[in-house]
Amino acid sequence: MTATLPISAQIINLLAAAMLLLAFAMVSQRRIISLINLFMAQGAVLCASTLVVAISTGQSHLYGSALITLVLKVILLPWILHRLIHRLNVRWDIETLINIPMTMIIGILLVIFSFNLALPISELAGTITRSTLGIAIASVMLSTLMMITRSKAVPQVIGFLSMENGLFFAATSATYGMPMVVELGIALDVLVGTVILGVFFFQIRDKFESLDIRHLEKLREDQ
Amino acid sequence: MNTLAAILVQFFELLAALLLAPLLTGWVNQCRAWLQNKTAPPMMLPFRQYAKLLEKEAVLANNVSSLFRMAPYIIFACMALASMIVPTLSSSLMLAPAADAIALVGLFALARIFIALAGMDIGTAFGSLGARREMLIGFLAEPALLMVFFTASLISKSTSLSTMVEALGQRGFIVYPSLAFAGVAFTMVALAENARIPVDNPTTHLELTMIHEAMILEYSGRHLALIECAVALKLYVYFCLGVALFVPWGIPEGADLLNLLQALPLLLLKLAVGGFLLALIETISAKMRVFRAPEFLGTAFMLAVLGMLVHLLLETGK
Amino acid sequence: MSNLLSLDWALVLIVSWLVIGVAGLLLSHRFFLISRVLFPLGAIVGLALACVAFGALGNAAEEAVLPLGLPDLPFHVRLDSLSAVFLLLLGGAAAGISIYCAGYFRKGEGAAPGLQCMLYHVFLASMAMVLLADDAYAFMVAWETMALSSFFLVTTDHLIPEIRRAGYLYLLIAHVGAICILLCFGVLHGGSEANSNLTQVSNYANYTFTHMRAQQHNTLWASAAFFLALFGFGAKAGLLPLHVWLPEAHPAAPSPVSAMMSGVMLKTAIYGMLRVSFDLLYTQLWWWGVIVLSLGLASALFGVVFSAVQNDMKRLLAYSSIENIGLLFVGIGLALTFKSFGMMTLAALALTAVLYHCLNHAAFKSLLFLCTGSVLHATGSRNLGKLGGLIHQMPWVAWLALLGAISSAGLPPLNGFVSEWLLLQAFLFTPGLPHAYINMLVPVAAAAVALTAALAGFVMVKFFGVVFLGRPREESLSQAHDASLLERIGLSWLGAICVVLGLFPVYVIEKIDNVTRLLLGAGLYEANEMYSTAETAARASNWLMLTPIHPDRASYMPVVFLLGILVIVAIVFLLVRNLWHNKERVSGAWDCGFPLQTARMQDTAEGFSQPLRQVFEPFYRLQSDIPTSFDKSPRYRVIVEDHFWYWIYLPIGRTADFGAKLVAFLQQGRISVYLLYSFITLVILLFLIRG
Repeated sequence: MTATLPISAQIINLLAAAMLLLAFAMVSQRRIISLINLFMAQGAVLCASTLVVAISTGQSHLYGSALITLVLKVILLPWILHRLIHRLNVRWDIETLINIPMTMIIGILLVIFSFNLALPISELAGTITRSTLGIAIASVMLSTLMMITRSKAVPQVIGFLSMENGLFFAATSATYGMPMVVELGIALDVLVGTVILGVFFFQIRDKFESLDIRHLEKLREDQ
Repeated sequence: MNTLAAILVQFFELLAALLLAPLLTGWVNQCRAWLQNKTAPPMMLPFRQYAKLLEKEAVLANNVSSLFRMAPYIIFACMALASMIVPTLSSSLMLAPAADAIALVGLFALARIFIALAGMDIGTAFGSLGARREMLIGFLAEPALLMVFFTASLISKSTSLSTMVEALGQRGFIVYPSLAFAGVAFTMVALAENARIPVDNPTTHLELTMIHEAMILEYSGRHLALIECAVALKLYVYFCLGVALFVPWGIPEGADLLNLLQALPLLLLKLAVGGFLLALIETISAKMRVFRAPEFLGTAFMLAVLGMLVHLLLETGK
Repeated sequence: MSNLLSLDWALVLIVSWLVIGVAGLLLSHRFFLISRVLFPLGAIVGLALACVAFGALGNAAEEAVLPLGLPDLPFHVRLDSLSAVFLLLLGGAAAGISIYCAGYFRKGEGAAPGLQCMLYHVFLASMAMVLLADDAYAFMVAWETMALSSFFLVTTDHLIPEIRRAGYLYLLIAHVGAICILLCFGVLHGGSEANSNLTQVSNYANYTFTHMRAQQHNTLWASAAFFLALFGFGAKAGLLPLHVWLPEAHPAAPSPVSAMMSGVMLKTAIYGMLRVSFDLLYTQLWWWGVIVLSLGLASALFGVVFSAVQNDMKRLLAYSSIENIGLLFVGIGLALTFKSFGMMTLAALALTAVLYHCLNHAAFKSLLFLCTGSVLHATGSRNLGKLGGLIHQMPWVAWLALLGAISSAGLPPLNGFVSEWLLLQAFLFTPGLPHAYINMLVPVAAAAVALTAALAGFVMVKFFGVVFLGRPREESLSQAHDASLLERIGLSWLGAICVVLGLFPVYVIEKIDNVTRLLLGAGLYEANEMYSTAETAARASNWLMLTPIHPDRASYMPVVFLLGILVIVAIVFLLVRNLWHNKERVSGAWDCGFPLQTARMQDTAEGFSQPLRQVFEPFYRLQSDIPTSFDKSPRYRVIVEDHFWYWIYLPIGRTADFGAKLVAFLQQGRISVYLLYSFITLVILLFLIRG
């Protein structure tokens, strides 16, 4: 049982659990500042887990990967997001599209589904962290749920970013990280995407005077 | 383990509870005052409060029933029994087989029902308001606490508290991620059940923010002393449960009086750190609206269920 | 005399109930004789039946053939441990309720007492026959008699239209269920292809349960039989979505009848379910268990959420019965799942929880319904908004109702906790199941059961607090009188059963082991694959400690628990009195200094449950009239209704209406049209046979 796992595997398990906890906390959070802080914490967890895998398996390119994660997700992106909400003056997301208890129940069902999905895959994988694949898939699903159930634009963007976090965690846990080229490419995409979205937010706010996405429904054709 | 030693150990544990519980409350109040840059009340203040209340005569409304008179004694007895069952200073207590984790939750529920009924007894607006709010908090806090215990019992394959402590603490240092979820859930439930910010303000005088205070508004004298002591005991028992489930290293296995005395300083240290953390949480949080409390506790409930699921995925087989 | 079997004694007692009933009919208006002589006699017969059944637990099955019924199809009866435990339940509950009836029926009220007496005793006798029947014919005859006699009892006050409507709904759903049960027996009697020829159908010996037991159906027919039985017995038990008759019929009936229906009649449906799924069916499939578990969970949550928002005492208790039936089906589902995977000891644990909960529910639900009967008698009102403060006028009823409420909420050291504890222990063993999805859904199910139990506590605080505590909400309540002597005896009997079942669970479980051994081949207190014979014997002989599997895994000592609390209370009381003082002063209530304190300031029933209504809003169909600040005469009204009525029953009703209208086209009313029908039929028949 767990008594026979080495200490590094136990720490990875603990960080995986923290990842899931943060994903769940983001689904149920109303304050946007707290959402950004949770996203920053998720980035830190990701960085830590990459480091642990790097130390225990000796793959040196993972050190570079951890550094990129640290710079991008713990420092740069949260700073951009903080500046964004400060200038847009959004702080709260009072009404979600479904109420929070119902969101959490759907979240639990998604978690059960992803765990069962991951079971046959984890039997094939040979890495030390195969049981965390289920948690990674669950984090991706929960972030998607967050994107679906929010009614303001900024939490949706944070959901998109944390989805990418989940994918990254899945990659680290199942396959010892991605090739460096792919890694850099994804990081660049995410950075550019955030900047573009930031520009879009100002456009939306100028047009509708609010960042509530329900206003975008007015762009529909009238029948 | 002969019977006399076992009885002595049990009695010593009860005595430790009765002495440490008011001290713990005093310590939490002191830490809170330090953090808020105020002068702290003395740590022995709760003892002096009980003595003062016991001296006064009890004033009862003219339409009380015997339920109202009996309820403080029953609530105190429930909390004292709980403190005798939870393994704080030893994991093989004499009374431990009498109640497992589920029965402990049932014991808390019994105390809650009696205090709610006592609140409704006189028929004032405050009493029924307090009873209604307390049952609202209770109906979610109780299953969340039960799920926390289930997570621990899935790991230790038993619902008996002694076996849980032995499995978690006395077999070396193993990291259990599911206990991380259970720990967060347990903290949220403990805040709700002990009437702490962010769920309820223990020092409030406003009807809008009362839950616990509203139910005991009509009690005075020795009845109020018993209820206040029971509240302190409840906080102490919750702390000891947290210690037993999440930081169980250092609880001795046998029922030897010498072992117990050696375990006492470690317990005091854990309680001191825990008390400081509670004061910190109370200082940095704001009290939430009463109708947000079900959301808060619902989150705790979901986290505890999630803990069980994480256990089934990460920690069994494979 | 000594060569009479227990079965013979049981039959004699059933016949004596019928005799009492007929005697009541003959003495139709001699009120005093009926209520003070016949009903107590009925209670004594019930007690005797309970003793006979108790003695039959653990004995081999006894069979007999009665000279009743059709020429080739006599009644077969059989008394085995499963029947015995339910007969024990029937006898014990009937004893308490009959004594209560003796004091409850007052002169000059309601229908003729003789008729009531006959219907009541026929009801009791038919329920006992259902439990003893050993072939499909006897079972269906007894089942129908039970439904009919209870219908007439429910519509005692038939002059009131709501009561008539409730009775009609009850009869309708009972018959839909009975049809399904009949079809189920039909499938069971010869469901495999080799048996489907005509000679089998006409050989009446094939309708006995013994024959059905020997059949080995393939998966399709076994599943068909199982789901027909689930539908049929679920309709009688009040399982979602066939529950709509329960909240109408139980309040409409007189209180002792409600107690009998809720406490005992619902359990005959559980008996039927256990009999068909564990005894008559050859094998059990795991996905049946999962479906039953899900339906049970849904019923339990639905029942408790609705009972929390009711303002009528008896409707609240009726929805609470739906919750308890849901929990029973959860246990049955678990037992089926365990059995299908071959984990017999765990199936025995789940089944023990089910049987224990049947006994518990019969005791505390009957007690609560009888208490509401006393309150109704004393105050004339069922509405929680017109009660309050009754603990001062009716102390006996109040304290026994508190006992029943604490049992119903599942709190230690009383009996409700023991069955809840056993059920939760059964849930904790499920990670051993081989199927991954079930493994993961089970913690969620355990969480739902825990939530239901906590909500049941809320409901009981509302019930007891609003009715018995606080200030009286109406002036007339000061005239309320306490229960009479016979009523008190009945209530105390049921309360004593609650206490005994709560404090001595080991003894009761040893008796229940006979039933699980019969149905599953394994019991809790016998040697199994986990623990040796010596350890098991030590566990069984320790009457203080309840440890279903092993002391290291879980243990509970109710007597020590209760003694602990009582001893601490006594010591603290004496210490405080002697070291300080016992002085007290009586004055007005403080209420934070508010000078005006009226009864209107405390919570109403709607107010107490308002937070819950807000939290569980999606479950209800709410219609609310809330006044604004500008209304000259503000009115506040909230009506809570059941979604299922609008989703399922009204559409079915409309379709039936529509179909009936189509067929009604045939009824033109003119004689020439009817003659035309006969003429056309004649012409068609002549045309067909000409070739």
